Amino acid sequence: MLYVACIFAPFLGASIAGLLGLFGKISDRGAQIVTCGLMVLSAILAIPIFIEVALNGHPRVIEFFTWFDAGTFEASWGLKFDTLSAVMVLTVTLVSSAIHIYSIGYMAHDPHKQRFMAYLSLFTFFMLTLVTAPNFMQLFFGWEGVGLVSYLLIGFWFDRESANAASIKAFLVNRVGDFGFALGIMGVFLLFGSVEFSTVFAAAPDKVGMGLEFLDVNFDALTIVCILLFVGAMGKSAQFLLHTWLPDAMEGPTPVSALIHAATMVTAGVFMVARLSPMFEYAPDALMVVAVVGGTTAIFAATIGIVQNDIKRVIAYSTCSQLGYMFFALGVSAYPAAVFHLMTHAWFKALLFLGAGSVIHAVSEQQDMRHMGGLYKKIPVTYAMIWIGSLALAGVGIPGLFGFAGFYSKDVMLEAAWGAHTGVGQYAFWMGIAAAALTAFYSWRLIFLTFHGKPRMDEETKAHIHESPKVMTVPLMFLAIGAIFAGVIGYAMFVGEDMHAFWGDSILILPANNSIEAAHHSPLWVVLLPLIMGILGIALAFYLYMTRPDLPARIAARFRPVYLFLLNKWYFDELYDFLFVRPANALGRGLWKSGDGAVIDGVGPDGIAAASVAIARRASKLQSGYVYHYAFAMLIGVVALITWYLYARAA
Amino acid sequence: MQDIPILSVVTFLPLVGALLVLVIRGEEADVARNARWVALWTSLFTFVASLYIWFGFERGVAGFQFEEQVAWLPDFNISYHLGVDGISMPFVLLATLLTPICILSSWEAVQTRVREYMIAFLVLETLMIGTFCALDLFAFYMFFEGVLIPMFLIIGIWGGPRRVYASFKFFLYTLLGSVLMLLAMLAIYFEAGSSDIPTLMAYGFPEEMQTWLWLAFFASFAVKVPMWPVHTWLPDAHVEAPTAGSVILAGVLLKFGGYGFLRFSVPMFPLATDFFLPLVFALSAVAVIYTSLVALAQEDMKKLIAYSSVAHMGFVTIGIFALNMQAVEGAIFQMLSHGVVSAALFLVVGVIYDRIHSRQIDRYGGLVHRMPVYAAVFMVFMLASVGLPGTSGFIGEILVMVGVFQVSTWGAFLIATGMVLGAAYMLWLYRRVIFGKLTKADLMDIADLNRREILVFAPLLAIVLWMGIYPTSFIEVMEPSVELLLGNYQAALAAGDAPSALAVR
Repeated sequence: MLYVACIFAPFLGASIAGLLGLFGKISDRGAQIVTCGLMVLSAILAIPIFIEVALNGHPRVIEFFTWFDAGTFEASWGLKFDTLSAVMVLTVTLVSSAIHIYSIGYMAHDPHKQRFMAYLSLFTFFMLTLVTAPNFMQLFFGWEGVGLVSYLLIGFWFDRESANAASIKAFLVNRVGDFGFALGIMGVFLLFGSVEFSTVFAAAPDKVGMGLEFLDVNFDALTIVCILLFVGAMGKSAQFLLHTWLPDAMEGPTPVSALIHAATMVTAGVFMVARLSPMFEYAPDALMVVAVVGGTTAIFAATIGIVQNDIKRVIAYSTCSQLGYMFFALGVSAYPAAVFHLMTHAWFKALLFLGAGSVIHAVSEQQDMRHMGGLYKKIPVTYAMIWIGSLALAGVGIPGLFGFAGFYSKDVMLEAAWGAHTGVGQYAFWMGIAAAALTAFYSWRLIFLTFHGKPRMDEETKAHIHESPKVMTVPLMFLAIGAIFAGVIGYAMFVGEDMHAFWGDSILILPANNSIEAAHHSPLWVVLLPLIMGILGIALAFYLYMTRPDLPARIAARFRPVYLFLLNKWYFDELYDFLFVRPANALGRGLWKSGDGAVIDGVGPDGIAAASVAIARRASKLQSGYVYHYAFAMLIGVVALITWYLYARAA
Repeated sequence: MQDIPILSVVTFLPLVGALLVLVIRGEEADVARNARWVALWTSLFTFVASLYIWFGFERGVAGFQFEEQVAWLPDFNISYHLGVDGISMPFVLLATLLTPICILSSWEAVQTRVREYMIAFLVLETLMIGTFCALDLFAFYMFFEGVLIPMFLIIGIWGGPRRVYASFKFFLYTLLGSVLMLLAMLAIYFEAGSSDIPTLMAYGFPEEMQTWLWLAFFASFAVKVPMWPVHTWLPDAHVEAPTAGSVILAGVLLKFGGYGFLRFSVPMFPLATDFFLPLVFALSAVAVIYTSLVALAQEDMKKLIAYSSVAHMGFVTIGIFALNMQAVEGAIFQMLSHGVVSAALFLVVGVIYDRIHSRQIDRYGGLVHRMPVYAAVFMVFMLASVGLPGTSGFIGEILVMVGVFQVSTWGAFLIATGMVLGAAYMLWLYRRVIFGKLTKADLMDIADLNRREILVFAPLLAIVLWMGIYPTSFIEVMEPSVELLLGNYQAALAAGDAPSALAVR
């Protein structure tokens, strides 16, 4: 009962606020009270659940009813609570509660408060069903559900052209990932005859070495299935190649950015791979792919982060980069370390986003850091919060004594990468080390540009600068507590000496892959290097933006092509537009006008009815491009070819 | 034997209503009003009666139920034979559900020749139900083809400006296929000496003959589905048809093709089915990708949804011919889901068409400001069309894909692209109509859904969610019949000793 209530409370809140709000039957205040109240209730309930399931080691599965059952392909609705999901539920509900309450203040001037609060709660609900899924199908349900609500939230200000474009982009890029995910599920069913986690995990060791023919190439079955599933994770977690939606998603209101990019949604991919560790462990090649993609994303996103001017985009790329860290940790079998960082990251990243929101709130919705500066005296609380968040993100701490959250979680991931003693581990380690310096650099660049130096905003904005109300700063302080202490509290449980007792059966690590054990025996330089790189990054930012503020512009001018390359995000948007978006539209139009119009109708019904003058005239008007005639003829050829080929293979 | 011949009652009740409407006399306004009410009550009664079939249907039984058989032309061994199994029964319900909704949705939209309009719809309902219930070849043919006539009239009389072109195109296309099917039916009859469908299913036609019969039936059903490349009648017919006409067309008539494959092609011509699998796979995969791309380029809302229908029916055909439990059940489920969802989407378009009298997408924009309830309703059906888990669309698509994957990874891979493309055109449509600033002058005071319109959408909404969250109540109905179908199919293949074209890997 406790368990069910914890998951469904946000859904109840969303339904009440959403449905009544739609018909104008609930006030703004009423919607806020209902959604926040139920969300906080859910968070409170998550605490005893965490204690019972994770600390006392009593996992449980609750089954509601059969979802579908076709032949042997069946799945049920249910809730699976083990340590992994309990950690996720606790993190998600706590951070989401803070964001809910913060939104009361942040959205105070918005006319659509009920809708906003309903979306936030609905989003949280889908995330909770995702992390408590007992089978692949419900995982997919929550997965697509968060995708849907993120679409609604990013496009929340539906008057804005850019918000609409960004929301569609987010949904579609996620769908590209889900395309892989769905194929992965099909592969899982073909291979295991089930989509139930318990059945699949139990059978995974038996499938080692089995082949699976996919698109006429013979793959190792577990490897190809894991890679397909991982494509889904790449989409949701905005990994390299499928990352393009994430920065654009900043079009949503800031609490949305915090919700989507800190505790929920983007972490779903990390959660998925950790959840599927009993499969990935037997697919070492798939793990290598995960590690390489993760390492690449970590450095790639960080390079973009150092030149962005929009305060939220800097943090967005930072998220992308941090997710890269988590993935390479997963890729070297350091699942607990990845989930540990996921948890600490949820706190400090939510803090940074909401802090940025507080800044934006103070300077009249301005997001461009070139129009900020010198704010630290005017908004001291926000200033302190951003500092705490940045210290946690950069992983600052004194070894052996105390550190901010990221100090523990980031270091253990890097040490595990090093400790894996594999090629990809080395690659990930060095990428991670380089990214650590960049992380510190862009974080302090953000601080200096925003809070220090000369004020660069116009007079009117300047006159209106004010600290945010309590309803916004108190959630910030709550998150700050997590950003400070989550690492030191969690270390022993997540990755330290209590690790095995804590995780129980929820994560599988083969003895040969125990990189976390190796991480604890890292040489001193490996332990200290991330910290040193971080301090170097901070120092460089101080030099460039405090002592010599004229330098950055000159560097940018000197290395203009590099600067533009980074500023334009490696031109991925332009590339995809050229490769996919334009051809799809052109093809659609061409096939319609020429394929359907000229060819099929031309030789078909209209051709037959050519006696009718009117129709003939119409047909002659269709001056379609010859290219499309050709393309159409080609398509018929393709059909013939595929048909012939399938016959030929059967013979 | 049943006490009440329930199938006959459900089939012919609308016809009785049509006769009642026919005899209405008086002032034009009175005639219109009375015709509406009589038609609505008739169709509601029919729906309630059909619920008796739903609840009385024995789950877990594979064969035909509620059978009625009366000698019709005993000299020719032709009888009046009705019955439903798990495959056809849900479609009967689909037809009886959508008809009252259509009548209710035309309440204000249709103002000319109301009496004739209502008669056409009631006759249409009888013919639709009959098609799914008929267990005699010739009775089936009469119902199946008879549907063309009221539909032709509905498009031709109450349709848009190019209605004559569209209705003739519709007629020509479907008639061409039907002629071939009729010839095939005669051949079957002379070969087997019976027109009784259950008898024919067990007959076992010679292999050579199966090929030709299969092709002849395929010509008719492929047009009905419609499969690429014989789909071009559909967008035109939809665009010109009145809203309710589109609803029936997309909701029920397109299912005739898929139903025909399951009732005739697969069980009667298993060897030919096996032989032609690759062709159907290729055509279906092309249909999904091709029409999704074309839908992306549409400027007319109804055309866009029409093209999306072709793509969704591509899932159905590939699913039927993947011939395993998941794929076939997925295909049937997808047909039911599409029946509800596409019908609802045409109604959604109809709502704003009634207000502004335009289907052009760029005539709209920013409707959410004035019509929040409408926007929410549209959202749900859009998502169901996109196949979001939790809605009916998802179950059909995923079952088909899981089934097809077992037979051909290429097939699954190609149709899965529909997941991305389908989302693209639907979100793009939604964004252009609903979101954005409200700038157009005549949209400034557009009214949100009224009570009647909410009443039209409410049952469809409930069914879409029901089918998405607890599809078991539909799957359990069809499962035994599908099992029997596939069992017989495999047995026939084994007996025919034909090497399977697409061996299950």
